[in-house]
Amino acid sequence: MSYLEHTVKSVPTGLRKILFMNWPLAILLASVAGVGFLMLYSVAGGSFNPWAEPQMKRFGIGMAIMFTVAMVPIWLWRNLSGVAYGATLVLLVAVELFGSVGMGAQRWIDIGFMRLQPSELMKITLVVFLAAYYDWLPVKKVSRPFWVLLPILIIVVPTALVLKQPDLGTSILLLTAGGGLMFLAGVHWAYFAAVITAAIGLVTAVFQSRGTPWQLLKDYQYRRIDTFLDPSQDPLGAGYHITQSKIALGSGGWSGRGYMQGTQSRLNFLPEKHTDFIFTTLAEEFGFVGGVSLLCLYALIILFCVVSAVKNKDRFASLLTLGIALNFFLFFAVNMSMVMGLAPVVGVPLPMVSYGGSAMLVLLLAFGFVQSAHVHRPR
Amino acid sequence: MRRNRADNDANHTRLTRRAALLGGAQLLFMGGLAARMRYLQVDQADQFRLLAEENRINIRLIPPSRGEIFDRNGVQLADNVPSYRIVMVREDAGDVAAVMERLAQVIEIDNETRERAMAEMARSAPFLPVTIVDDVSWEVVSKVSVNAPALPGVTPEVGLTRVYPRGADFAHVVGRVGRVSQADLDALEDPDQVLRIPRFQIGKINVEARAESLLRGSAGTKHVEVNATGRVMRELERREGQAGADLQLTVDANLQRYVQARLGDESAAVVIIDCENGDLAALASAPSYDPNLFIGGISSADYNPLLNSKYRPLVNKPVQGTYPPGSTFKMIVALAAIEDGIVTPEDTAYCPGHLEVAGRRFHCWKRAGHGWVDLQDSLKHSCDVYYYDLAVKVGIEKITAMANRFGLGIKHDLALSSVAGGLAPTKQWKRSARGEDWVVGDTVNASIGQGFTLSSPLQLAVMSARIATGRAVTPRLIKSIDGVEQPSGAGEPMGLNENNLRQLRKAMYDVVNDRRGTGYRSRIIDDTMRMAGKTGTSQVRNITAAERARGVTSNADLPWERRDHALFVCFAPYDKPKYAACVLVEHGGGGSTAAAPIARDVMLQAMAGGEPPLEAYPKSDRGRIATQQEELRNTAPETAASAEGDDQA
Repeated sequence: MSYLEHTVKSVPTGLRKILFMNWPLAILLASVAGVGFLMLYSVAGGSFNPWAEPQMKRFGIGMAIMFTVAMVPIWLWRNLSGVAYGATLVLLVAVELFGSVGMGAQRWIDIGFMRLQPSELMKITLVVFLAAYYDWLPVKKVSRPFWVLLPILIIVVPTALVLKQPDLGTSILLLTAGGGLMFLAGVHWAYFAAVITAAIGLVTAVFQSRGTPWQLLKDYQYRRIDTFLDPSQDPLGAGYHITQSKIALGSGGWSGRGYMQGTQSRLNFLPEKHTDFIFTTLAEEFGFVGGVSLLCLYALIILFCVVSAVKNKDRFASLLTLGIALNFFLFFAVNMSMVMGLAPVVGVPLPMVSYGGSAMLVLLLAFGFVQSAHVHRPR
Repeated sequence: MRRNRADNDANHTRLTRRAALLGGAQLLFMGGLAARMRYLQVDQADQFRLLAEENRINIRLIPPSRGEIFDRNGVQLADNVPSYRIVMVREDAGDVAAVMERLAQVIEIDNETRERAMAEMARSAPFLPVTIVDDVSWEVVSKVSVNAPALPGVTPEVGLTRVYPRGADFAHVVGRVGRVSQADLDALEDPDQVLRIPRFQIGKINVEARAESLLRGSAGTKHVEVNATGRVMRELERREGQAGADLQLTVDANLQRYVQARLGDESAAVVIIDCENGDLAALASAPSYDPNLFIGGISSADYNPLLNSKYRPLVNKPVQGTYPPGSTFKMIVALAAIEDGIVTPEDTAYCPGHLEVAGRRFHCWKRAGHGWVDLQDSLKHSCDVYYYDLAVKVGIEKITAMANRFGLGIKHDLALSSVAGGLAPTKQWKRSARGEDWVVGDTVNASIGQGFTLSSPLQLAVMSARIATGRAVTPRLIKSIDGVEQPSGAGEPMGLNENNLRQLRKAMYDVVNDRRGTGYRSRIIDDTMRMAGKTGTSQVRNITAAERARGVTSNADLPWERRDHALFVCFAPYDKPKYAACVLVEHGGGGSTAAAPIARDVMLQAMAGGEPPLEAYPKSDRGRIATQQEELRNTAPETAASAEGDDQA
């Protein structure tokens, strides 16, 4: 049942909408962000600068965005999804042409007050657009080849652009989130089986191509894979990140060294301690207990999203909420796997905790959609 | 677009099912993450904790301060003094070149030093201090301190370095330290980590080297927390090291100074040993050198003269040099014979000036011969033939056995580098070392301390002390370690016939105090300090027939390096021996003329505990001695000045 044929009257109006928001979800998000502030304060050696304070400001802005977006009826976002997707795609191309070069990869556009990473935005717009696509597509056609090929194109085009930047982490996230959404929308099992088989073939091809003129990944990406497979090969070079990360994590023990007592991060043994590797600091200072607690907070966020989605009779709202939850899950799953030495170092931040502007803003924007879907659900 | 409700519900059910599936998968993955966390943080925690500590904590060594060395009266012989160096920290300096330029205006820096410092600075981490100039004066330090505002990153640093206040007097006793070399490290099986500290000093020779383990102490440790680039963040724990033990030597610094001054530039050695306890009161080797020159690394301009001098100032002559003992060996031969009982002290032998042994003629030093001589006469006149005869009767094995009992051919255990064992030959030694059989002529040569026999002045001094006391006096150089008295070298009675010894001592007394004795000119006339002794002249080589033909008859006509070594062994006072000594003058000519006068002077100095009264000298000598004492007083203050303030003990 779609909102257009639903009685709009039963949907709360005006500021009353605030009461109908998914408050537990908002509180959970704030809690995770709070953990982030604590950790940023700690890695700065007990100082709000240079990371905790800007992060708090951004969180404030992000929350404002979330609340604003939540007030806007969900169908408006659905109708805008095509435009949003197209605009993000244009931005991705723009980044390719005009983007500043940072860390050897073109990833962001300087738009004055902040650096915009279109690839971050794409993670959300892709999900919104796919959700809208499957809301529009009659269910009978979902598994027909043409209608399967179309969303694959929708996913692959931005993924290819991001991969070209090159940003392996984000492209994997895009691919997985898009695929996940197709799975949720009910695309036939066989397609997934085929894709997985093809993926295995591709991985084999990637490794086979190494050292040949048509090599598929950059050398540094290969080296990261090598490091992942055997970090001890080059403990001071390529393996340094992961080795130090594991040392910091492991030395935390059961209950950690105590807040602000983490030696590995504060003494700079950890690389990127305030961004991608912030989880190691948490794990070092609060130990297994702290790490699992954060994992539980994340699990609860996913749970609340899934419950909200399942209860929502609107197909777009459900798909969108599940897609965003999946995206969120992918963020922290990849990041944690990475710092625990289970996945290659691909540069994915820990959602809501890592220092970084656009990632947090985009995530809160996404949860704005989830809130909007929750507020405007058919009753 | 309209859809019917049933269709809608079916779709929603499918979505819920897939959502549950995906959610389940996510939950499973999170479980996996938790399991991994558990593995790393609980199961492997100890291992990672250890790795983290290794990462974080750096152990730095704190060098211990080296033990000091004193003489028997507490006069300082080796001291530690602050040494300053100027260091620069790159990150504090900012513009390194500009700061260096300004520094060069304040203090003197030569271009080579400057370039080396700049290169080192570029190489090392920005927060590490780099030494620009080392061993600078306090004046330089104050100049740098005054100009500190204009010299960011430049600071004086202080360390300790060794200094020898008594300079050359103790180069051959205390020795010296120097920077740790690769050779030093290679020589040790498991070198102490403290040796790796830059600028650490290690004993190179003599007491400094032999007592290294006592003097060094043990390093303290400082646990510092470092970050990934090695910068010290804070100090966590500090454990002070153990300073090295202070050593007190048996040597008397003032006596030593006198002896060195008395020897002057002569190539000579003097050993004075305390008969009562074996303490070495003086151990002089001349000429000497200033060990302070070596501490920071000696320049070749200073080193080459020391190395090339024919007087060999770097050789520790009293312990390292071995010489044929000459006539000083006759006491051993005499004792071997009378202890064996084949002769009595009263038995006489006839000296016609030579003796035929196995078809070879051995000459007495007095060509005309001594006529009938007994033991007393033979020693007094140093008759050679008497000893040729004795030696042939008693045999080399018994002589060598007696020599060994008196410490000849035995390596004394002293904390000095290269203590020589000398040689008291045996038949078996000759067979294995030379591949030849011992012949009776060898025994004849040995009887007057020539041939294969070699002894160091130290061994001869110990021999004299043993003759004087009848006890197996052993030399002792280290009196106490950190105030703990070391075992005395008084020794046990040797079990010799006291009457025989008395005879021997009386003969030695006559050598010096009998008008016809070879050492008569060097007698002491003070009855409380009467000296007994024995002259010795050890041939470096025979005067050849060709030389004799050219009119060379005495030593003075030969070039210095071919003259005989002059020897004198003695003990005093005769009645109650306190000191025994050996004086050796390399290529000095005769023992009675070159060595005995020195022996008298140093023995008197030792017994008087300072400058002896002129009355102790024979009247005829007093004028000359007074002049000599005056001269020595004028040379001594030179060394005394550097030890200013140390003498209060």
